[in-house]
Amino acid sequence: MSVLVDAKSKLLIQGLGSAGKFHAATMVEYGTQVVAASHPGKGGSSWEGIPLFSTVAEAVNETGADVSCIFVPAPGAADAILEAADAGIRLVICITEGIPVLDMLRVKHALAGTDTMLIGPNCPGIITPGAAKIGIMPGPIHRPGSIGVLSRSGTLTYEAVDQLTKVGLGQSTCIGLGGDPIKGLDFIDGLALFAEDPDTEGVVLIGEIGGQAEEAAAAWIRKNMSKPVVAFIAGQTAPPGRRMGHAGAIVAGGKGTAAQKVSALQEAGVVVAESPAEIGELMKRRLEKIS
Amino acid sequence: MNIHEYQAKEILSRYGVRVPKGQVATTPAEGVAAATSVAGSEGKVVVKAQIHAGGRGKAGGVKVVDGAAQAGELAGQLLGKSLVTHQTGPKGQVVGRVLVEQGLNIERELYVGMVLDRETAQVTLIASAEGGVEIEEVARLHPEKILREAVDPVAGLMPYQVRKVAFALGLDKQQVAKAVALVTGLYRAFVDLDMSLIEINPLVVLADGELMALDAKVNFEDNALFRHPDVFALRDEAQEEPAEVEASRHDLSYIRLDGNIGCMVNGAGLAMATMDIIQLSGGEPANFLDVGGGTDAQRVQTAFKILLSDENVKVVLVNIFGGIVRCDVIAEGVVAAIREVGMEVPLVVRLQGTKVERGREILGASGLNIVAVESMAEAAQAAVQAARRES
Repeated sequence: MSVLVDAKSKLLIQGLGSAGKFHAATMVEYGTQVVAASHPGKGGSSWEGIPLFSTVAEAVNETGADVSCIFVPAPGAADAILEAADAGIRLVICITEGIPVLDMLRVKHALAGTDTMLIGPNCPGIITPGAAKIGIMPGPIHRPGSIGVLSRSGTLTYEAVDQLTKVGLGQSTCIGLGGDPIKGLDFIDGLALFAEDPDTEGVVLIGEIGGQAEEAAAAWIRKNMSKPVVAFIAGQTAPPGRRMGHAGAIVAGGKGTAAQKVSALQEAGVVVAESPAEIGELMKRRLEKIS
Repeated sequence: MNIHEYQAKEILSRYGVRVPKGQVATTPAEGVAAATSVAGSEGKVVVKAQIHAGGRGKAGGVKVVDGAAQAGELAGQLLGKSLVTHQTGPKGQVVGRVLVEQGLNIERELYVGMVLDRETAQVTLIASAEGGVEIEEVARLHPEKILREAVDPVAGLMPYQVRKVAFALGLDKQQVAKAVALVTGLYRAFVDLDMSLIEINPLVVLADGELMALDAKVNFEDNALFRHPDVFALRDEAQEEPAEVEASRHDLSYIRLDGNIGCMVNGAGLAMATMDIIQLSGGEPANFLDVGGGTDAQRVQTAFKILLSDENVKVVLVNIFGGIVRCDVIAEGVVAAIREVGMEVPLVVRLQGTKVERGREILGASGLNIVAVESMAEAAQAAVQAARRES
């Protein structure tokens, strides 16, 4: 079992430029069912055996795609997300980095009235190991298993997953939420999915400075989560007022510091790793303690 | 992206926001001319140092003087000097321009700001009767004195929202009408130009009942600058750390810090985590540097040059988790960079992920003095030890 995506997910790639092609190939190689790609003006042709469509609506009608992965460059990414929602795509994963935040504000409000769920933008995507890889993460570091992973980061997630795999803990599903200030799925949505998933035994939560999402997650965990959660918060040494790579990673007006997030999570019973090198080990010990 | 106060005022006045009559000067003579032009040769004027940082008043960068001669003298004292405020760091920022403005008869000082509230995904108007002081302080000591109005993105900022705030601030009927026009202008500017912050602190009520933006701080959202070339043209690189400007030209995300362990990492989260583990191991990071996902050998070389331009750097730590980026490509880039740039400080390299064995082989065969380690914890310890030996 897993959350959101599995071997039955039918994937549409939106934006088949060089990045889209490169990553689509790795997804096919992983075994993901890539059923279609959309690129305005390229309808009727195909790429590596994958049929191309000029609009998302046609791609959905012809192939039954239910999940999309967006590689459209930032200026057109908001348009691509809403095109997918309009075509009835259930789950949209937006990899694109650098989307103007006011575009995402409008997208967020437009999606509120639909059944479409958005992951990202500016995220590595989602993977259910052994079943479906939708995104840009390296497939081979993952193992099927029972740990859910939620993260605002990309390579730091790979680091955590690698540690989990090396201590013998596979993953049910790993979700990259993205590094932008306004995004789709957040920690609470992901935690709720993993709480309900019978095959997820524990959750690794990787947060970072900026915003209040970790504090909100802590409040939710305290009330609702019975499964163990291990967390790490990046940016304990980040100077205030500076944007640390991710658009959303900034301590502003004294809010969103790592220390505040760590203490909120600890108060909610979450084991917070002091060092990013001990995430896997702490989860292993936490599970051993329970059983 | 930050801009100067005088630029912010120019932009906002196009949206109907009233600002004091003022003129920019880059020399003392221009300061005299500016003062004469805005207030006559004997009139009261305010001379304001233009730097990208707050706290200018307390640092002596904003002064009221009588007459154009004094204005010129003060401009001479400020121009070309470094102004240190609590926001600039110890080196301060060089004053390249001063803004000379007419003196005003101020009755009240209010605060009006506009931000993007990421938790609600709404542009939010913030106001307070406590103007002229730091809003963070007001929020900390008297949170009840901060008024907020979240804006519906479809409807936009409605007049009733501004009226609600304005009456609560104690403005009279005529002033409220003026506040509606002014704050609506701020919102239009915010949305039209993809701003991430507007702060009017203070918004002043004058003796004659007029409302005016006495100060203006505007930030633009970096991701949206591609659609505002006219805004991007306002960037003043002299106000930024030179190494950071150079990095941004190469699409590298670099922030200089005070430590001595230079870091080169792929991915922002991993880069922050690397800084954290360095500190946890007893060292201090010299920088944040994310070389990005699609890194090639050329970018690694550029990144090295920028890292080594910081003379505090006593050791360099490279931490790469290869996913899309292949470790062999990074290893080649590191070797080529050292051969080209030359390197006198020790180098600790931690490679993990795609093609890691080949990457380690390349480093090993290079004959260069590289400490290759496997885990992040080892990398941090090795770097901290090396930094201690070198300093």
